[in-house]
Amino acid sequence: MIKNREVSITTWILVAFCIINIFFLVTGKLGFDAKGLGIITAVAFTLAMYSFLYKDNPVFKIAENLFVGVAMGYWIIITWFNILKPDVFETLIVPFFNDTGNAPQYIVIIPTLLGIFMLLRFSTKLSWLSRWSFAFVVGLGAGITIPNFIHAFILKQLSFDLLITSNILDNINTFLILLGVVSVLIYFFFSMEHKGVIGGVSKIGVWYLMIAFGASFGFTVMARMSLLIGRIQFLVRDWLGLIQ
Amino acid sequence: MNKILLTFILSILVLHNTSTAFAVGGNKLVPPSDFQAFDTPNDDGRSISLRWPSSPSESTEVEYVVYVSIRKSGPFNTEVLRINSNTMYKEGSDSNFHYVEIKPELFFNKESVVTGGKPDYFFKLFMMSDIENVAIKNIASATPKGNWFNWKKLNNFIILIAFSTLVLLFIEHAKKNPNLYLRKISGLDAIDEALGRATEMGKPVLFVHGLNGMGSISTIAAVNILGKIAIRVAEYDTTLKVSNIDPIVLSVSQEVIKESYLEAGRPDAYVEDNVFMAASEQFPYVAAVSGIMLREKPAANFFMGYFYAESLILAETGAATGAIQIAATDSYTQLPFFITTCDYTLIGEELYAASAYLSREPLLLGSLRAQDIGKGIIIAVLVLGAVLATFGIDFISLILKAG
Repeated sequence: MIKNREVSITTWILVAFCIINIFFLVTGKLGFDAKGLGIITAVAFTLAMYSFLYKDNPVFKIAENLFVGVAMGYWIIITWFNILKPDVFETLIVPFFNDTGNAPQYIVIIPTLLGIFMLLRFSTKLSWLSRWSFAFVVGLGAGITIPNFIHAFILKQLSFDLLITSNILDNINTFLILLGVVSVLIYFFFSMEHKGVIGGVSKIGVWYLMIAFGASFGFTVMARMSLLIGRIQFLVRDWLGLIQ
Repeated sequence: MNKILLTFILSILVLHNTSTAFAVGGNKLVPPSDFQAFDTPNDDGRSISLRWPSSPSESTEVEYVVYVSIRKSGPFNTEVLRINSNTMYKEGSDSNFHYVEIKPELFFNKESVVTGGKPDYFFKLFMMSDIENVAIKNIASATPKGNWFNWKKLNNFIILIAFSTLVLLFIEHAKKNPNLYLRKISGLDAIDEALGRATEMGKPVLFVHGLNGMGSISTIAAVNILGKIAIRVAEYDTTLKVSNIDPIVLSVSQEVIKESYLEAGRPDAYVEDNVFMAASEQFPYVAAVSGIMLREKPAANFFMGYFYAESLILAETGAATGAIQIAATDSYTQLPFFITTCDYTLIGEELYAASAYLSREPLLLGSLRAQDIGKGIIIAVLVLGAVLATFGIDFISLILKAG
């Protein structure tokens, strides 16, 4: 019974959507061209995604699967044109078989082999080779990340302001920053019991964290609201033409 | 007669000074007195540094232009730099010197540069205004050479070595004393509760990876936790589903889970298809994972790794399905969303501590202890540095300057 009702609701919404768009196309409000059809497609997918707010439904499922498929297709094309074609095909394979005036870049064979090893996961006999690639990626990632981490999160952060200056507000500000950094760091001490002085200071750290998170939450919600406004503007202005 | 002679001499002197003054005041450009080129120290061998002293004619209307050639005789028609004359001063030189780093190879085809070793590059400096162009006489030349060691990063290297030594020492210590104290982390204690609930309800457990690849520390930590969760899941005989956005993280996760099932003595229970690539882009990933949450209604959701704008959508959808949710991320901009929508949230470094907490392996416990000592040292340096800076002593700032 409920399912029938949902099917009829979905059908009526789709019919209404089609009627509105046919009306817009016939009256010339939307052009029967790439722009007009693009707007209709974008509106259809926007509404399909928003339909998730009601509950999971076939329209959302269609949009979801299409979204995932399009993204995957796009990713494959990007990988070919941005990575495989310029870095492997044009530098190694083409010069190897044709005289292009450039010598083949044999060094490319190593990363190409590592990439092929990853695909060997599909083979039960040779899947062990993929571990070489993963070891390379993880090792390289850690090796690059750790010095950058020290640079960005330790050395760049260690700048020392004067604790006492002629400006009392500056002094309070510096003290609050120092207290915040020290107390938050103490909160992240794991091998010490958070009792006594350590417990007290770490509580201050928790306060600092929560105030920072609250501010960040408010800031991001505002940004999300502006995204929502943008989408509603698109529906009301570009599609319905109710505002200019 | 003497008076006339004196007047004549004075007139000549006045005229000479006036003409000089008019020449400068009338935008007569005075070029810099020197121009030097040298190999940029601490670089990868592609850069040449140029340095020249300031000129009294510098203003916003006057430009410095540098041309490069691969022959001393020229032609100097390849422009490598054009700047306002009152910009790009050498740091700490009180605007007395200009300093720029140039990568000359970007301006020449490989074929045009002399083969066999690094070529010499010749630079010519011009001072230009709307009225006139003046070239400095000497042509500066240099050959770029690579350096094996970047001395500016020496402090980074020392910190790395010191910290690695600390970690090794504390690992040894943890091996001898495996009962090292670790403070309670509620989110991790709740993992068993969440898995037990999923087992009782007969529903799957969903582990959602963040968006970063294996190069990210948070992803490495998330994979470590996944391994521990997979052992418990295998023991409880529950279904574990793991969604991925990165193919390498997918493969690593498959390997880790397979090993965990093996460790738990249940290799037969491992289903490779349950560790899947949900999508390859951010919002398709959100749509796919949200759909899975609504259709399969997992009893427990784990969000671990580095998340971006998708965090709230994922966690809110999970909360709507009634799942117990545990999140762990070091993405501080997304932590507020997890805190508001999840039952437990591991904040920042708690994510890194999680694998040590769950496994209590000496290797990880020792690392965690060493991290605490490292933090203690940073606190001490911060306080000491601030106090010394207050008294005008800034040697700690110099030692710890980021290179």
